[in-house]
Amino acid sequence: MAELWSGTLWPLIIIVAQILLIVLPLLGAVAYLTYAERKVIGAMQMRRGPNVVGPFGLFQPIADGVKLMLKETIIPTGADRPVFILAPMLTFILALIGWAVIPFDSGWVLADINVGVLYLLAISGLGVYGIIMAGWASNSRYALLGGLRSAAQMVSYEISMGLIIISVLVTAGTLNLSEIVEAQGNGMWYFIPHFPMFVIFIVSILAETNRAPFDLPEAEAELVSGYNVEYSAMTFALFFLGEYANMILMSAIAVVLFLGGWLPPVDVAPFTWIPGIIWFALKICLILFIFLWARATFPRYRYDQLMRLGWKVFLPVSLVWVVLTAGVLMAFDALPA
Amino acid sequence: MEELLREYLPILVFLGIAAVVAAGALAGSLILAPQRPDPEKDSAYECGFEAFDDARAKFQVRFYLVAILFIIFDLEVAFLFPWALSLGNIGVFGFWSMMVFLAVLTIGFVYEWKKGALEWE
Amino acid sequence: MIHALTFYLFATVGVVAALMVVTSRNPVHSVLWLILAFFNGAGLFVLMGAEFLAMLVVVVYVGAVAVLFLFVVMMLDINMIGLREGLLRYLPIGAAIAIVLAVEVIALFMDWTMAPEAMSLRAAPVPDIAEVTNTEALGNLIYTRYVYLFQIAGLILFVAMVGAIVLTLRVNPQVRRQSIATQISRPKSEILAVEKVRSRGGI
Repeated sequence: MAELWSGTLWPLIIIVAQILLIVLPLLGAVAYLTYAERKVIGAMQMRRGPNVVGPFGLFQPIADGVKLMLKETIIPTGADRPVFILAPMLTFILALIGWAVIPFDSGWVLADINVGVLYLLAISGLGVYGIIMAGWASNSRYALLGGLRSAAQMVSYEISMGLIIISVLVTAGTLNLSEIVEAQGNGMWYFIPHFPMFVIFIVSILAETNRAPFDLPEAEAELVSGYNVEYSAMTFALFFLGEYANMILMSAIAVVLFLGGWLPPVDVAPFTWIPGIIWFALKICLILFIFLWARATFPRYRYDQLMRLGWKVFLPVSLVWVVLTAGVLMAFDALPA
Repeated sequence: MEELLREYLPILVFLGIAAVVAAGALAGSLILAPQRPDPEKDSAYECGFEAFDDARAKFQVRFYLVAILFIIFDLEVAFLFPWALSLGNIGVFGFWSMMVFLAVLTIGFVYEWKKGALEWE
Repeated sequence: MIHALTFYLFATVGVVAALMVVTSRNPVHSVLWLILAFFNGAGLFVLMGAEFLAMLVVVVYVGAVAVLFLFVVMMLDINMIGLREGLLRYLPIGAAIAIVLAVEVIALFMDWTMAPEAMSLRAAPVPDIAEVTNTEALGNLIYTRYVYLFQIAGLILFVAMVGAIVLTLRVNPQVRRQSIATQISRPKSEILAVEKVRSRGGI
């Protein structure tokens, strides 16, 4: 009995505690990301944003959450009920479990697996299903069109994301995310040597998370919100939460791959006093700000332009960059052993 | 071996917890909120029209082409992963072996570009 | 214990999902069950220590191949009732093939012995996972020792690419496309004329 306790149950309890330690702050961050989005875009458009509920409107996300919780869940008559319910759950679950491999600080990682990068690529690839399933199950033309568009879009940008990741891997020589961060420890964060890839990666994650200016699946003007047109109440809230959690996850990936994860910008005294997780969070906020900034600034892309950018610009450029990186490292004998 | 599995167990537990959170949120909403379905409310959104027929219509063959091209390039990326890691061990020959592989696929890529398969209409 | 438990979890869910692929009435549901089956397959790979393979199954099969299946099934809008009618007619042939295959597999494994020195004769022994991760172990072999197979894989992908385009591409000549290069390179003289307009004169 004691063996069972110490060998199996106790580690399980610790794991559950660690997971809750990730999930709860994450949900808080998602809630306040929606608030930050409205405030930031408000400021950029010389408005105030939410300012009624609580001081500076700080309780607005909570009010929104309670409202969505108390609304009626509408399931259309023609819908395929199990798939219809499953789709938002899937989107939400996938946005959460990606966090299992993200290193928050040196050694602060739930599952330090050898193939962390591939795991994240796999998780982001699965994200398509939530959207296709929602589009198909709703049995509504707008939803189906939005879902299909979104699937084709996510799929197109995933290739360039994969190729960009390869360039980073060639330089770092490992698939483990903690080791990738440590490989940037000499102050040479990868966004410096791989700057063009960093830019393409940021644009690709905008497309991958269906954010403006690539939010065609949700194009209000033509598709009345696309795949989630038939969703209401908590089913809609799960899509919403999943989408925003995914934004934060993608930003975290960008930080790990290009901005040196938890490392301070300069390895000298005042910077090293601040714990790594704060640096990590600050860098994520920086990328998230770019997300919001892009939404406030750019008009929406047209669909043919979007596909052109993904297939005819990003794919060849990132492929050439992989070859260049490998070739240069090979020529100067600078490959990681 | 056991060490390896220990790293994966948290992911499985995480999957379970995430599923419970998602299902719990949905169930909570179903219990707390009033549910009063009626036929008009539950009909699909069609900008005010009556829905003519089933919305799951056939769609453009282009989507299929995009999916196939995606599989091919995804496999290309899959081949690049081990290459990127062991480039230091396999030396110049390994490097050129991948270059030949990429050259073949680049010919294919140029072909589809010229054929107009990458254009959306 | 957890190891055994997870194995049975993945194995059971995998088999049930595979059964549902064949039996569910709606083809889209079939594909969704198929995805679940792939997923459990990936879980089993992890249990065997093949983590790279497990992730590739998810990335390639679930992330790409199943998307294609889903597109095709959704695109064809298959009428399942019509397909069901053929079931009884083809059942005997299908069952016969299945039985023959099963007998063959059973016969093979009944008589399966491995020479004691077989493991030491392997051309590329599996390195200990604690020393070399299996991604690197694969990388050390694919591009050098198995270079011909690797190049053939490349050629197959090439053929698939060309084939897909030949089969599915229908260029509609009536569609007007945007050519960004011509748009940008148009000289000013072609699109802009500055005219001196006399007051009350018009052009």
